[in-house]
Amino acid sequence: MGWLSRSYLALVYLLLYVPIVVLMVFSFNDSRTGYNWGGLSLRWYESLFNNHAMVQAMWNSLWLALTAATVSTLIGALTALALHRYRFRGKRVLNGMLFVVMMSPEIVLAISLLGLFLLLGLKLGYVSLLLAHVTFCLPFVVITVMARLAGFDERLPEAARDLGASDFTMTRTVLIPVIMPALMAGWLLGFTLSMDDVVVSTFVSGPSYEILPLRIYSMVRVGLKPEVNALGTLLLVFSLVMLMVSQWILSRSKQ
Amino acid sequence: MTKTLLSLSGISKQFDGKAVLDELSLTIDDGEFITLLGPSGCGKTTLLRMMAGFELPDRGTVTLSDADITQTLPEHRPLNTVFQNYALFPHMSVFDNVAYGLKMEKRPKAEIRERVEEALAMVQLEDFAGRKPHQLSGGQQQRVAIARAVVKRPKMLLLDEPLSALDYKLRRTMQVELKRLQRELGITFVFVTHDQEEALSMSDRIVVLKDGCIQQLGTPREVYERPANVFTARFVGQTNFFPGRVTRIEGERISVDVFGLRRELSKPSFRVVMNQPLHVLLRPEDIRVLAPDDTEGVAGKIVERNYKGSTLDSVIELEDGSHVMASEFFDEDDPTFDYSIGERVRVSWVDGWEWLLAEEGNEPLTDEEELAADDAEH
Amino acid sequence: MMQSIKQQPFRAAVLVLVWGWLLFLVLAPNMLVVGASVMTRDPSTFISLPLNFDAYRQLFNPLYLDVFLHSLYMAVLTTLICLLIGYPFAWALSRVEKRRQMLLIFLLIVPFWTNSLVRTYALKLILATNGLLNSALMSLGVIDEPAQLLYTEGAVIVGLVYLLLPFMILPLYSVFEDLRQDVLLASHDLGAGRFATFKNIIVPLTLPGVLAGVMLVLLPAMGLFFVPDILGGSRNLLVGNVIKNQFLDARNWPFGAAASIVLTLTMALLLFAHRLSKRRLGEEGA
Repeated sequence: MGWLSRSYLALVYLLLYVPIVVLMVFSFNDSRTGYNWGGLSLRWYESLFNNHAMVQAMWNSLWLALTAATVSTLIGALTALALHRYRFRGKRVLNGMLFVVMMSPEIVLAISLLGLFLLLGLKLGYVSLLLAHVTFCLPFVVITVMARLAGFDERLPEAARDLGASDFTMTRTVLIPVIMPALMAGWLLGFTLSMDDVVVSTFVSGPSYEILPLRIYSMVRVGLKPEVNALGTLLLVFSLVMLMVSQWILSRSKQ
Repeated sequence: MTKTLLSLSGISKQFDGKAVLDELSLTIDDGEFITLLGPSGCGKTTLLRMMAGFELPDRGTVTLSDADITQTLPEHRPLNTVFQNYALFPHMSVFDNVAYGLKMEKRPKAEIRERVEEALAMVQLEDFAGRKPHQLSGGQQQRVAIARAVVKRPKMLLLDEPLSALDYKLRRTMQVELKRLQRELGITFVFVTHDQEEALSMSDRIVVLKDGCIQQLGTPREVYERPANVFTARFVGQTNFFPGRVTRIEGERISVDVFGLRRELSKPSFRVVMNQPLHVLLRPEDIRVLAPDDTEGVAGKIVERNYKGSTLDSVIELEDGSHVMASEFFDEDDPTFDYSIGERVRVSWVDGWEWLLAEEGNEPLTDEEELAADDAEH
Repeated sequence: MMQSIKQQPFRAAVLVLVWGWLLFLVLAPNMLVVGASVMTRDPSTFISLPLNFDAYRQLFNPLYLDVFLHSLYMAVLTTLICLLIGYPFAWALSRVEKRRQMLLIFLLIVPFWTNSLVRTYALKLILATNGLLNSALMSLGVIDEPAQLLYTEGAVIVGLVYLLLPFMILPLYSVFEDLRQDVLLASHDLGAGRFATFKNIIVPLTLPGVLAGVMLVLLPAMGLFFVPDILGGSRNLLVGNVIKNQFLDARNWPFGAAASIVLTLTMALLLFAHRLSKRRLGEEGA
């Protein structure tokens, strides 16, 4: 490992992280203009929590992320189990579809869902957001669980059956504990993806249910808003904690 | 008349402050099949990589046909390597893999085609030229790796445990095949292995290595029958170590006391004094197991028996608690001969087949260590 | 036999649920988009008969064609920059000692988990007229007055590279991790120098990673409409902006749908290339 490649790595990481650090530092800036340093202050956090609409959007986002993550984890886990355990017609097609959903540009998913909801006459709001978020989270949960199942010794269920466990007991005592870390990691990923989504939500949300990323979006389009520094910092720290928990769960389960 | 092809002198190499090769010198003759044998971590692979140019020595020189190649890059050395896991290029066909080295030499297309086909014929893979490596079996991949290395007509072929990934039967076939190839091509083979049986059956000369130092250099027969030290004796084949003591020295003859038996032996190459303790080495096949009422030998009882097809291997516990390994061929006259556990017997050996070694300061590798070293290889 | 009978209801329920979800929320909506792209714009119902290819013809209208080509140009440039930065980066990363690698990988996944909108906004803090970069350049004496950094094509590309670089690096890192050292040694052993080994061995063996990275960068680089919205002003639009405007503002669904089908086809093309490249290495096509 030469000094050249070391410093190259360091430089790229620096560039990736400088904006994030700047944002976080400026969130504690007392100055209104957002460019000059005016001393430490928590005023933007304060004004954030005094903003009723903002707090409402925050709760909406949290509730949406919570439900979307839970539903997608349930369906995703079942899908992964089915793909892993059963032979059925169209298995490759199902696999391929999940892969395409994961790879396709979000905007394509967004407009297709918007079309569907309007055709069905579904009022854009919580339900449409939930359906959309579950759909884009689903493939990520499936691959997380599948990865776990792929490293799973095929003979464990057989051993459990051999020792007298019924299929149900085996699932409960062997399979579920084995995939549990992946379920938790998948849930956390789904939660974060849902919390952060802008593209899909722009299309499928309505005025009745405002969520945080869209509120930020409308704020940052023009100019700089110091409150966004504070809100952005909160969101980044929140995501970072989620990621760390998820990594911790996965690495602990490997040992 | 043999002439030196490659010589290493005073080679030292350290990794992370730990000496892997220590002041090692070795000359390799043109046309010979020489094997580097030793447990994992003995430096045999490092030594081979140094010949190939993948490692540079900290000190010492490498000379090939009188030219110093110590600092020469691998791509400019006229020798080629067959890698442990073949290292075939997965995106190229068998033909392109074999042609790669010739393309690098910028040979004309027609010549490349001809030489590649010749090399593939030599390893019996003419019909597989269009396949990709992943469409071949392990043994076939092995052959491609060999063809790819010999097609350049190197002065020397370096083989890094090339058979270790194959199953037992295929290994035997490839051993014969490699010997045939070496005879046909007439080039020098440097073969690395930790399998002593493989080393004994294939080599003209064997270099036994341990901790980066040469323990012994000799023909398979010398290494097996006249091991230079305790390590070599333990590592190559199975050996019984009996404790002996010098009781008489007279000219070129000495007497040694083993288990209370007195043996007349010729004086070993090392210096002996009266009452000196010695190792008396006997291979299991030199041991004779006698009836309990025999007058010769030492009394003991059978504690283990293993039917091996052509031989019957047994372990005899002597009265002092030490164990003796014996390996006896089945006798045509008595095909039913066998032992039962606990059976009382006497142990003796053919007079004059003993090999004497001085006791060493650092005592030999135990069986457990040897097994651990073996495991680490796999 | 007993086992299969007991499993049947569960199995059937799972399969119906999964298939139902995907057919209803993935396949049907996409069919709808294909259908919409060949229908006629209608102010009240969004789309109506008759069927025609007007929307596709409209894509070649010079006004839109310019926007598309400019968007494609920015996306390709973004992808090339990411590849140029990411390729040596991934190589260097794969050679870091294993223990430290875990941390470095973690630092790369962070962007994937964090809000890209917020990070784009963070760039704005730096690029703004009175922002950090201008202040820094002025205090260093490089420039005398603030340069216009924001609302330029450059700002959009910087934003896209910043957001998408990790998506280029991760697949590249994974192919460099799989690149066996002995294969490279074998190439040298057979007489190839550094450049020949790079060209003949390293490039072909890392090609699947390159294509995966290109796919993960190029498509979002055409679709992430909020990046030009925040950093680029009105002249530097992406295909994503056109699609969004056509659906949400201009209400021209057939045209928006046709534009999104162009994106989908690009993805299909890239997926196909990626599959081929993996086939060549004898790996299972993903």
